[in-house]
Amino acid sequence: MIQDKDRKREVIVKRVAQELKDGDLVNLGIGMPTLVANYIPEGIDILLHSENGFIGLGPNPEPGKEDPDIVNAGGLPSSVVPGGAFFDSAMSFTIIRGGHLDVTVLGALQVDQEGNLANWMIPGKMVPGMGGAMDLVAGARKVIISMEHTAKGAPKILKKCNLPLTAAGEVDLIVTDMAVIEVTPKGLLLTELAPETTVEEVINATEAELIISEDLKVMNV
Amino acid sequence: MDKIRTIDEAASYIKDGMTVAVGGFIGAGTPEKLIDAVIAKGIKDLTLICNDTAFPDKGVGKWVVNRVVSRIIVSHIGTNPETGRQMNAGELKVELVPQGTLAERVRAAGAGLGGILTRTGIGTVVEEGKEKITVNGIEYLLELPLKADVALLKGSIVDKKGNIYYKKATRNFNPLMATAADLVIVEAEKIVEVGELDPTDVMTPSIFVDVITQ
Repeated sequence: MIQDKDRKREVIVKRVAQELKDGDLVNLGIGMPTLVANYIPEGIDILLHSENGFIGLGPNPEPGKEDPDIVNAGGLPSSVVPGGAFFDSAMSFTIIRGGHLDVTVLGALQVDQEGNLANWMIPGKMVPGMGGAMDLVAGARKVIISMEHTAKGAPKILKKCNLPLTAAGEVDLIVTDMAVIEVTPKGLLLTELAPETTVEEVINATEAELIISEDLKVMNV
Repeated sequence: MDKIRTIDEAASYIKDGMTVAVGGFIGAGTPEKLIDAVIAKGIKDLTLICNDTAFPDKGVGKWVVNRVVSRIIVSHIGTNPETGRQMNAGELKVELVPQGTLAERVRAAGAGLGGILTRTGIGTVVEEGKEKITVNGIEYLLELPLKADVALLKGSIVDKKGNIYYKKATRNFNPLMATAADLVIVEAEKIVEVGELDPTDVMTPSIFVDVITQ
C-alpha cells in the first residue's frame, strides 16, 4: 500500500477526475475534493457548481486580485470562468435536487455497504451543520466519496455507519488511496486496486464485506 | 412613497424578540451596516433565519458574538466557533436545516405555499418528527414554510422605488428573504434614480421592499 501522504491524495484525486465526462456539471466538496479540479483529463470540459449561487467556479484568485462579491461555498475568495452564471439559492438547489448536477464529490467520516454516508457531524465533538451536503448527496446523479481508506488505521468503510447519516443509500462510488469500490445492489464491489496495493491489504483495512470483481484492475494513475 | 431612511432609522424597526431573516452567504451579500446598527441599539433575543453564522467578525456572526440572537435557524455554523460554543453551553438554540431545504422553506412562505416536499434528509435525523408523504412511489419529507417579521437584505444597486440588482455571488438568499417577511429593509451599496436600473436587470421587484438605506 501507498505510505506517502501526498502520494495518497494524488492517487485519490487523479482517479476521481477520471470519472468525470465531457460536459459534466460537478460539485466538489470542501477539502481534498477541490483538488480534483487540478487533474481533469485533457479534452474533458466540465463546469463546477458552487452551492452559494453559481456555475463556472474558477481557480482561487491571486493575492490582491480578490473580488469580495465572489466567494466559494466555504466563504473564501474565488473566481468565475467565462461562460459562468450567477443565481440565487433556490436556483442553486433546484440544480442540485432536480437531477441537473451530474456528479458530487465529497469526503466521508464513514460510508457503509448499503451506500449510507456519514460526513456532517460527530455528536458532542464536531457539529458544523450539514450546509448543502444533504441536498447534494440526495440530489446529485452520481455521488463519489473521495477519502483515505482508514482513519489512523481504523476502517471507515463499515458494515453499518454508526455516526449520524448525511443520506441513506445514495453513495455510488468510493475512491480511496487503496481501492475503487462500487456500491451495487449486491453489496460493495472492489473493482480497482491502487498501485502497490494487494487485495488482502484492502480487505484488512475494510470492515464491510467486499465482493472482488472478476475484472479487478490496477488504477491508472 | 419615500422609502429612504438612515441606517439608524432602518434598524429601529427591529425590536427585541423578533424573527429576522438576513441575506448573505458566509458574509457575502450581508448588510453589514444594519448588522452593526442592531448591535449598537442593544437589541436582544432575536430569532435569526440565515444560511450560516459567517465568521465572528463578519455578517450575522457579530450578532452571535454580541448576543443579539437567542435562537438561530441556519444550515451551517462551522465557520464561527462562537456559535458552537454558545450552543454547547446551552446559551443559544440552534436549529440546523439542510441548505436547499432552508431556501425552499423561505420560498414557500414567500410564495404562499403550505410547505414543500423533499427527499433531502430522508433516513437522517432531519426527518425526526416530520410527516412523510409518498408521491408516485417516492417518499418525501414535508418541510414547512419559514417566515420572518423583518428581512434585512444587501443590494448592489437599488433604485429609489426599491428595485434591487445583486452583483455576482451576493444574490444567494437575498431574493428569497425579500419575499418572506412582513417588513423588508434593503441596505444599498449604491442608490440610483428611478429609471436608471433597467427593468430587465431587476432581481427583486420594488413591491417587496419597504425601506431603503445606505
